[in-house]
Amino acid sequence: MEEHFQHLYQALSQVDGYIYPNEIDLHWGLMIVLYPYITGLVAGAFILASLERVFHVKVLKPTYGLALLTALAFLLVATMPLVSHLQHPFRSYEIFMTPNSTSAMAIFGFVYLWYLMAVLLLEIWFDYRRDFVIWSKTSKGFKKIFYKVITLGINDIDEKSAKLDDRLGYFITVIGIPSAFLLHGYVGFIFGSIKANPWWSTVLMPIIFLFSAMVSGVALVMLIYMVVNWVRKVDIDMKCLDTIARYLLFILIIDFTLESLDQIHRIYEAEESFDIIRVLVSGKLNITLAVMQVGLGTIFPLSVLGLFQFYKPSEKIRKVFYFLIGGMVLVGIFFMRWNVVIGGQLFSKSLSGFTSFKTVYSGMEGSVMAAVWLILPLLILSFLLWLMPPWKKVAYHE
Amino acid sequence: MGTNRITSRRKFFKASAALIGGTLAVSFMKPLGLMAQTDSDDNTKEKDKLPLWGMGVDIEKCIGCGKCAEACKIENNVPKEPFYFRTWIEQYTVKNDGEVKIESPNGGIGGLSQSVPNEDIFKSFMVPKLCNHCTNAPCVQACPVGATYISPEGVVLVDDTYCIGCSYCIQACPYGARFMNPVTKVADKCTFCYHRISEGLQPACVEVCPTDARVFGDLHDKKSDLVKFLQENPTEILKPHLNTKSRVFYNGLSSEVR
Repeated sequence: MEEHFQHLYQALSQVDGYIYPNEIDLHWGLMIVLYPYITGLVAGAFILASLERVFHVKVLKPTYGLALLTALAFLLVATMPLVSHLQHPFRSYEIFMTPNSTSAMAIFGFVYLWYLMAVLLLEIWFDYRRDFVIWSKTSKGFKKIFYKVITLGINDIDEKSAKLDDRLGYFITVIGIPSAFLLHGYVGFIFGSIKANPWWSTVLMPIIFLFSAMVSGVALVMLIYMVVNWVRKVDIDMKCLDTIARYLLFILIIDFTLESLDQIHRIYEAEESFDIIRVLVSGKLNITLAVMQVGLGTIFPLSVLGLFQFYKPSEKIRKVFYFLIGGMVLVGIFFMRWNVVIGGQLFSKSLSGFTSFKTVYSGMEGSVMAAVWLILPLLILSFLLWLMPPWKKVAYHE
Repeated sequence: MGTNRITSRRKFFKASAALIGGTLAVSFMKPLGLMAQTDSDDNTKEKDKLPLWGMGVDIEKCIGCGKCAEACKIENNVPKEPFYFRTWIEQYTVKNDGEVKIESPNGGIGGLSQSVPNEDIFKSFMVPKLCNHCTNAPCVQACPVGATYISPEGVVLVDDTYCIGCSYCIQACPYGARFMNPVTKVADKCTFCYHRISEGLQPACVEVCPTDARVFGDLHDKKSDLVKFLQENPTEILKPHLNTKSRVFYNGLSSEVR
C-alpha cells in the first residue's frame, strides 16, 4: 500500500490545473486497455472466418480454421485482464449470479458467455466433429483420448451426418456474425454509455469499437497465417493474402472515416468539454494518438494497401509489407484502446485540469502482467493448432 | 444407425439449450423482480412515511475552514492520505483577467488560504462538495452486481460485502465523489453519515460547520430546515444537464463551478 501511496504522491505533484481530489488515483490502467483490445481481436478474427463460411469468399479458405482457433484462443483469455483488475476478484462470479440489469458491464458477462458457448465452441465443434472421429482412430496417447471425449460419443461420419454438421455449422455462423457484432459493440457501449465522461460518451463508440475490432482481428489472422506457414515451411497462398489485405484496406477506410467523423463532430460542435479535450489531444495524447494510432496504425497502412490496389510489386515485397502493416495495425489499435481508456481518465471531470499516468512493471496491473495476457493466447493457439491442425482436416464444409 | 445418432444428438442439444436457457432465465428474473412480488402496496405506503434525505449548501456562508472534511474523515474512518475524500472544499478565485483558479489542497482540511494577490482578485468563494445522492444515480445504474443502491430514504450506499471493486461506478460518477478505499478495496463514498442520521443525529460535516453552511434534512417534511432553505433561496444542483436529479442543492452557485 505504501508503494501505491508514493505513486499517488508523485502523481499529485504532476497535476496540471485542478482535478477533483479523488481523481488522482487513476482507476483503469493497462488491464482495461487490454480488455477491449483482446475482445476486439476475437470479434475481428471471427468475422474474417465468417466471410469465407457465410459470404462464400472461397479464396479465404486457408485462413478459415486458423481464424476460428485464433478467436477461441483469445476469447479464453479475454476476461482475464478484467478479473485480475478487480479489487475483489473472488467475488467476480456475482456478475452472473446477481447481475444488475441496468449495468452495461453486467450484461457483457452474458454476451461473452453466449458468444463462447453458443457460437464459437459449437461452430468449431461442428466443423471438426468428423475429423475428431477420424483422428480418434488414427492417433495415439493423449490426442486419442481427447478426440474420443470431444466427439461426445457421436461417431457417425457418413455423408448424411456430415451434411447435418455442415448445415448446423452454417446456421451457427449466421447467428455468430450478429453475436460478434454484439460482443464488441457492447464493449464500446460500456464506454460510450458513461455520460459523465465526454471523451467516452458518444453514440459512435460501439460502432467505432466494432470496426477497429475488425481491423485488428483481420490484421492478426493475416500475421498468424504468414507465421504459421513460415513455421510449417509451406508456401503462402498469395491470392488469399492479397484478399485479406484488400479487406483490411476496406475496413480501415470505414474505421478511419468513423473516427474522423467523431473528431470532426466534436470540433464542430465545440461543446463545454471541447477546450480540455483539445488540450488532451494535442498534449497528453500527442504521441499515442497522432503518431501511434493515426500515423503508424492507420495512415501508413492505408497508403501502402491503397497503393497495392493499383500497383502490385513482387510477391516478396508484398509479403514484407503485409507483415509490417499487420504489426503496425495491431500496435495502432492497441494505442486506440489506450487513447480511449487512459485518455478518458487523464482529464478531470471538473474539466479544469489533468492528472498523469505512469505504467508500472510489476503487480497485477503492470506491464509484465499485460505481456502475459498477450502471450498466453498465442500459446493457447499453438496448442490448439497442434491438437487440431486445420491443414490436416479431412472433412471440410462446402 | 446414423439417423438414431442424429436424433440423439438433437436431443442432446435440446437438453443443453434448455439447461442454459433455464439458468439464464433465473439469473434475469431476480433483478427484474419477477421471482417474488416484494413491492406490495404496503411497502409503497411504508416508503412514503420514511424521510427523503437531502442537503443544502450555502456557498455564501462557507469560509473554507475545512472542519467538515476533517470531521468526515474521522467519523467515517476515511484514509488520511490526500487522495480519498467523502467530502472536500474547493476554493474558486476569479482573477481580474477572467482566469479561474481552483484549488483544494488536502481537500481543504486545515483551512484554505488565498494564493492569489488581493489586487488580482475579481471574486473568490468556497464550494463544499460531496456525493450528490442523485435520484437518477449513474453509479447505481452502472454497478454490475447491484452493490451500490439507493436506500428507501434516498441515500446512495455501497454494500461493502458485495462490491467486486471494478471501479465502474467511479467512472460513472460525474462529480468525482467516489474513490476506491485502499483498505477495504471497495468503492467508498459519502453516506450522509447513515449511521448517525438513522439515530436522529446530523451528519458529521453538518454538525461541525461553524457557519451553518450545510443544511441537512428531510425533503418530505415541509417544516424541515432543508425545505425552508429551498423555499427561501434560489438553489441549483451541479451539472443539471446530466439529468442526475441530485439531492444536494447549492445556494449562490456561480457558473464557474463544475
